[in-house]
Amino acid sequence: MMSGSIWALLTQDLRLAIRHGGESLMPLMFLFSVIILVPLGVGPGPNLLSAIAPGMIWVAALLSSLLALERLFRPDYEDGSLEQWWLGHLPVYGLVVVRLFSHWLITGVPIIVFAPVAAQMLYLPPDALGTLMISLLLGTPILSLVGGLAAALTLSTNRGSVLLSILVFPLVVPVLVFATGAVSVAAEGISPQTHLGLLASILVLALTLVPLAAAAALRITVE
Amino acid sequence: MSAFHTLKVGFHRLGSPPNFYQLATRLAPWFWVGFLITASIGLYQALYVVPPDYQQSDSYRILFIHVPSAWQALAGYAIMAVLAAIALIWRIRTTEIMAMACAPVGAAFTFICLTTGAIWGKPMWGTWWVWDARLTSMLVLLFIYLGIMGLYAAFEDRRKGARVACILVLVGVVNIPIIQFSVEWWTTLHQGSTINFFGESTMDPAMLPPLIWMTIAVKLMFTAVMLQRASLDLIDQDRRKQWVVGAIGEQS
Repeated sequence: MMSGSIWALLTQDLRLAIRHGGESLMPLMFLFSVIILVPLGVGPGPNLLSAIAPGMIWVAALLSSLLALERLFRPDYEDGSLEQWWLGHLPVYGLVVVRLFSHWLITGVPIIVFAPVAAQMLYLPPDALGTLMISLLLGTPILSLVGGLAAALTLSTNRGSVLLSILVFPLVVPVLVFATGAVSVAAEGISPQTHLGLLASILVLALTLVPLAAAAALRITVE
Repeated sequence: MSAFHTLKVGFHRLGSPPNFYQLATRLAPWFWVGFLITASIGLYQALYVVPPDYQQSDSYRILFIHVPSAWQALAGYAIMAVLAAIALIWRIRTTEIMAMACAPVGAAFTFICLTTGAIWGKPMWGTWWVWDARLTSMLVLLFIYLGIMGLYAAFEDRRKGARVACILVLVGVVNIPIIQFSVEWWTTLHQGSTINFFGESTMDPAMLPPLIWMTIAVKLMFTAVMLQRASLDLIDQDRRKQWVVGAIGEQS
């Protein structure tokens, strides 16, 4: 029964994303437009590009994760189905996790899949590619979680999208630091284990606490 | 037991807007008086009594504004977080308003800390800005403050806005230590050595009294401004209610 409802919410979210098609691919397109603009801005020199590649890919991933946040809870809030979350038998914590998980599947996973292409375009050293993939695998869920929290906080405001980026950016500073740090040290041939471990612990912390805070914010909004 | 009871009743009485308004408007002038006294003692000592530094001569005297503001920027966040937790747990409206009144004052002290730091840094380090761990985390703190203020301002329903912003305040409590740690990690990764504020010279004991006076002054000022902002926010929100008409009528 419980897993049935969770499954229903997840498949509904994914089906909606597939039917919206192009809109769901916007974050990925945005990521690549940033990756293309960087060499145009700083010059095509491979040395400079490979030095800034980890940071640039991560900044692009961070910015593109902000794009789809606006509509994370809004349609449900506007048609009133968000209120139903408190009437059902499922904990809202779980529903928030499912919604954020489907958001990650739609926006985070394509970025991870196409990251090797972006890495090639910016001449990321091949040794660091594996670390980049792991850092994205650990880091993009945190971006979805923190972004989801910001989306929940700004849900009933009318200038949500501007506020979203101001709220998300200070909170994801540690993610950016550890993720790009991991890729940079891997590019120098040093083991990135410490960085990735810290990133993983932030993921666990975010996974535990963010849905609680987001559920509380949604509750106040719906009240 | 009875002492606890009185305390509890007093606490609940403060939750009532008219009582809070009365107390805040009565206390705030006294905090200002305290601020003026302590700040004039502190500034006099800082500018005339303390000898110039053997390395930095007179320019280090900006420290007596810079350091208390930095402390207050962090202390202000702690006060705001405690108020936000009380507001969310017991749903006390005046505490919500007080927590929200802390944010602009804290942001102002963070800004003062950053600008005085830049003014001090220009002659000392030769540059206005260094990506040092402390500077960067102060800058991030400023943006957290601004986010809280922006979130509170973005809501039509101010009560709802205050409670949602209180959640953000508590999220910041968990996140600020992580940010601090990550930024320290980041500066050691990207730069060989970082510049320390109190790197070479340990502080002269003569510098301590004005620093303490200024710290007390800044705390009194924070409290005065916070109380005034909170009481103004309260009468603004309740301007159609009977008690506000009564309270303002009494004063004029």
